[in-house]
Amino acid sequence: MKDIAPGLETLEYVFPGERPAGDFAPVLAGVVGSGNLEVLVEPAPGSDCSIRIETSARGFGGIWEAVVRDFHARHPLAGVRVSINDMGATPAVVSLRLDQAVSELTP
Amino acid sequence: MPIPFASMDRMNWNTKAIDRADRLARARHALGRRLLGKQVATDAVGALLEATLQPGDRVCLEGNNQKQADFLARALVQVDPQRVHDLHMVQSVLALPEHLDIFENGVARRLDFSFSGPQGARLAKLVSAKRIEIGAIHTYLELFARYFVDLTPKVALVAAQAADAEGNLYTGPNTEDTPAIVEATAFSGGIVIAQVNELVDAGTTSLPRIDVPAGWVDFVVRAPKPNVIEPLFTRDPAQIGEVQVLMAMMAIQGIYAEYGVQRLNHGIGFDTAAIELLLPTYGESLGLKGKICRHWALNPHPALIPAIEAGWVESVHSFGSELGMEDYIRARSDVFFTGADGSLRSNRAFCQAAGHYACDLFIGSTLQMDLDGNSSTATLGRITGFGGAPNMGADARGRRHASAAWLKAGQQARTGRGGAAGTPRGQKLVVQMVETFREHMQPAFVERLDAWTLQEQAGMDLPPIMIYGDDVTHVLTEEGIANLLLCRSDAEREQAIRGVAGYTAVGLARDRRMVENLRDRGIIRRPQDMGIDPRDATRNLLAARSMRDLVRASHGLYAPPKRFRHW
Repeated sequence: MKDIAPGLETLEYVFPGERPAGDFAPVLAGVVGSGNLEVLVEPAPGSDCSIRIETSARGFGGIWEAVVRDFHARHPLAGVRVSINDMGATPAVVSLRLDQAVSELTP
Repeated sequence: MPIPFASMDRMNWNTKAIDRADRLARARHALGRRLLGKQVATDAVGALLEATLQPGDRVCLEGNNQKQADFLARALVQVDPQRVHDLHMVQSVLALPEHLDIFENGVARRLDFSFSGPQGARLAKLVSAKRIEIGAIHTYLELFARYFVDLTPKVALVAAQAADAEGNLYTGPNTEDTPAIVEATAFSGGIVIAQVNELVDAGTTSLPRIDVPAGWVDFVVRAPKPNVIEPLFTRDPAQIGEVQVLMAMMAIQGIYAEYGVQRLNHGIGFDTAAIELLLPTYGESLGLKGKICRHWALNPHPALIPAIEAGWVESVHSFGSELGMEDYIRARSDVFFTGADGSLRSNRAFCQAAGHYACDLFIGSTLQMDLDGNSSTATLGRITGFGGAPNMGADARGRRHASAAWLKAGQQARTGRGGAAGTPRGQKLVVQMVETFREHMQPAFVERLDAWTLQEQAGMDLPPIMIYGDDVTHVLTEEGIANLLLCRSDAEREQAIRGVAGYTAVGLARDRRMVENLRDRGIIRRPQDMGIDPRDATRNLLAARSMRDLVRASHGLYAPPKRFRHW
């Protein structure tokens, strides 16, 4: 617990996309709750994949970067904005939720 | 002329019997009319203890994993430390505050034990203040073994459900340690004192069955309240998450099915509860019914009810019982070990032996694992011990009977090796199942176990390691399974562990090429390598998703304790 300071931390990552996601209805996966997170995937102009994280667990930027980098390696989407509201989910849950969200993208 | 025996120097070979007779006489004298046969008046318990105990005695105060001789524990705290002091306590579990109070007030001084979960922090403080001398921390089986060698109790203070006028004891379903304690004490000139919840009069009512015969019992005291007992093995399915479902799918597909595991033991926790709840759903869909998980050394886990009802389970032998499972067990006597009266007969010593020698697999969790695969639940500032885990989670080196699972594990470990290391034999499957991060983002994988620091702080002979790395055969995380049986060097083991350690610092520091090579060789398997899509890992796969579902699955026979009733 001592590692977790109060207040939200915001992290942003941008990756150059490879696979255009096209136009699709925004997808929401998960719920904001203790140990859980909410992932919103929306179409965005341009060819990047931008990921914005708001998390209640501060100080884990290095792990977030590795998690979203691996996510982008699995799904090199282009033209996508991913918004994450996290309440202390483990990396395993984050990865699972991201994969669930992407699997629901239907042009 | 006959050679004189050395023994002729010894005048008396029956000092224990004389000592025992003296103590019994002192008790009779002190109790007077408050002793009727073997029955001692409740308010005379203090006089009984002061009459039978002597300074320096070795005493077993029955502290089990679940059942506690709590009335006798309170009485022991209150004896006069001028008369009773410096006792050497030999008991498996320190569960109650009274178990440590007797060290604070000087009644006891030395301690040999197995597990101290809830009292671990206070125990560490008392040790560093030099109020307690710890002899050793044992496994359950190891401590019971020493009861018959060099830690034999002089006085045993045990708990039973009921006694009759002769002193026969009925323990009810939580027999637990009682037979082992009483046998060691009663057959070595010791004194056995039992607290009971009720006394039956053989004239009008009798015991449902006899768990300890009267001839082994010296005194019986009725406790004013039923003994304390904890439901330690109940896990609410509502708290099982998708990651645990995913890991359970991998356990079933990647290990149980892979080796054809028929006989096994599960540790406590939500991870293993998820496996139990996936057998009748996911396991069924893989066609595994009858092929895996038929025989168990296990407490009566409520989470096993759906698998039992679906016909998966042939037998369950138990260390102890579980509150609320009594009627269900009674109605499923084909599966559980029950007396002629219908209630469960548990026995920790026998079940530990069963788990060690007759099971092909142990799966459990830990708080920390290092790169050698050593794992420990020991954390700084606490001295807890590990109870039965080290016996369940160790290869049984004395085992000689074969089974398909045991042979396959042994073959994987020994193929290509020469000499003694290559001699064909089987090996127990010992699986550590951990999420890479625990709650509050504590990493489960570390470079150095806290156990080493604890050893330095507490001056222990060895670091308190729960399961040694050379006994661990598989490490299962949400990232996949590392099969350590197939590793052929320390470097391979290290990378196999790093390769399933996820985003922990240890996992991020993996050699990616070597990990990919291990994956090509099947030493590391990802969910996809087992045909598992992580997105299929949903709570819908759980055969019960709530306590209420478990009650329904039991046809209303399971009655959860109040704290688990949320409806």
